[in-house]
Amino acid sequence: MTSTLDRKAPAVRAPRARRGFAPVPFLAPGLVFLIAFMAIPVGLLAFYSFFKRGRFGGVVFEFTLDNWVKLFEPLYLGVIVQSVGVALVVTLLALLIGYPMAYAIAGLSPKWRTVALVAIVLPFWTNFLIRTYAWILLLNNAGWVNQWLQSLGIVDEPIAMLYTPQAIVVGLLYMYLPLMVLPLYASLQQLDPSLREAATNLGATPWRTFRTVTLPLSLPGALTGCIFVFVPAMSNFVIPELIGGGKTIMVGNLVRDQFFEARDWPFGATLALVLTIMLVLVILVQSAVSRRLTEGSRRG
Amino acid sequence: MADTGNPPTTAMREADPASAPRAVRKARGILVPLWLGYAFLYLPILVVVIMSFNDSENLFVWRGFSLRWYPELFADEQIMQGLANTLVVAAGATAIATVLGTLLAYGIQKYTRGGLIRAFAIAPAILPDLLLGIGLLTFFSLLSLTLGLHSAILAHAVFATAFVTAIVLARMASLDQSLEEASRDLGAGPVRTFMRVTLPQLAPGIVAGALLAFTLSIDEFVIAFFTTAPTQPTLPIVIYSMVRFGVTPEVNALATILLLVSIVTVIAAQRLTRLTGTVK
Repeated sequence: MTSTLDRKAPAVRAPRARRGFAPVPFLAPGLVFLIAFMAIPVGLLAFYSFFKRGRFGGVVFEFTLDNWVKLFEPLYLGVIVQSVGVALVVTLLALLIGYPMAYAIAGLSPKWRTVALVAIVLPFWTNFLIRTYAWILLLNNAGWVNQWLQSLGIVDEPIAMLYTPQAIVVGLLYMYLPLMVLPLYASLQQLDPSLREAATNLGATPWRTFRTVTLPLSLPGALTGCIFVFVPAMSNFVIPELIGGGKTIMVGNLVRDQFFEARDWPFGATLALVLTIMLVLVILVQSAVSRRLTEGSRRG
Repeated sequence: MADTGNPPTTAMREADPASAPRAVRKARGILVPLWLGYAFLYLPILVVVIMSFNDSENLFVWRGFSLRWYPELFADEQIMQGLANTLVVAAGATAIATVLGTLLAYGIQKYTRGGLIRAFAIAPAILPDLLLGIGLLTFFSLLSLTLGLHSAILAHAVFATAFVTAIVLARMASLDQSLEEASRDLGAGPVRTFMRVTLPQLAPGIVAGALLAFTLSIDEFVIAFFTTAPTQPTLPIVIYSMVRFGVTPEVNALATILLLVSIVTVIAAQRLTRLTGTVK
């Protein structure tokens, strides 16, 4: 009796003991690193947002709510609203352009599908600033688009395209369109073709099949794509500066200026936090909605 | 991006060989928006590539074919120094991130329930780069740490760790658990099991994660912008100030070379995933 117990006991206890010890060397280095260089810096920003600015950057440790109140001044509120507006327009355009693209790719033969996807991803791996700069070559008054328009006789005088809000929208759309196409493609490609066939066999027109079968089932992918575009479009400050000429200010530009020109770090921190809170909320809503959608489609 | 991997298996799963060609033939009109989309994506890049062979100093007027900007690019000290800085930062950040991310992914998969630690480890990939950038700038200045390449390495390692963790975690999911158990049953300790059994199995995921971390770091602008010293700019920062304060056609040549490098990398990565896909 005792001997079997003795033999069994360590065999049962040993794995638990190992489990108790082993996580530390695996988890600790990474977690300590991320706490030090992510959690603490972000926490520090939250902390600073309740204090007064230092004269040359930094902070004076006198408690104040001014930074949070300042957000509601028309000037800053306007910038936030404008950023949301620009990011929304970009997201909508990306959806309208990206959906047909993803749909077409999902209908290709497997071999061409791979080629088509690589072609979508490729511009994305080209340096972000160079892709921004390319639009300066295109949209400048002496740029290519104006040269073409003039040589075709469509316009006599060059049209001012660079340094307009529209140019910012085009630039952001160009930058993030691949992020819309990829998740859309992923959800369209998973669609069971037999569903569409069933609809067609039952006499549905192609449009009706698309509207009642394909479109609802691809909604989660569309939502993911919208998040992928909206989130970076909202915080980008390089495109508004380089293609927008700094005339249309977005939240990102404001944050940058607080750190490098106005030297008001606490207010810059507050703005960045507001931006992050908004984006996190958007992501939470998206994941809740898409969970609802997948559950709904599973039930249906 | 993940679904571009192992096309052979996906192809087989949803082959449906009878109807596929019919669908393709039927869908010719559907390809029009696709081609227009590609035109939109590639036109700007094409313009830059063409202008890199332009003989003129003028950025907008074509004068004739010339290769002059390529030697001038390599003679440009500012750009070359920027490139060197970028490579140092990317290598350093990738080294840190690969080790930390692999360990984290293994630890998360093996020892944690629930998603809290997982979400924390992946958070830097989702947080706005702007927030991380100014947070680190504030933190470094509080510590009175002089900015330089070391601070950029630490900053880049933060988001790079998140990407390595995510990719290795994905690989962990397809790991054969019984091999580890067999190794333990045969008397190997946890460290030995990890080194001899787990790591080789995770290798493709680790390599893919490291490559992604490296590429992202090379391209990263915003975080580097806040965390490097103005005297030691990375390449994206050099390009940024050139675009801001006056571009020379060298930038076109630089863009063309970078484009070529990324085409080769993407195709190589595609081949690699296909290889590992067939092995699996």
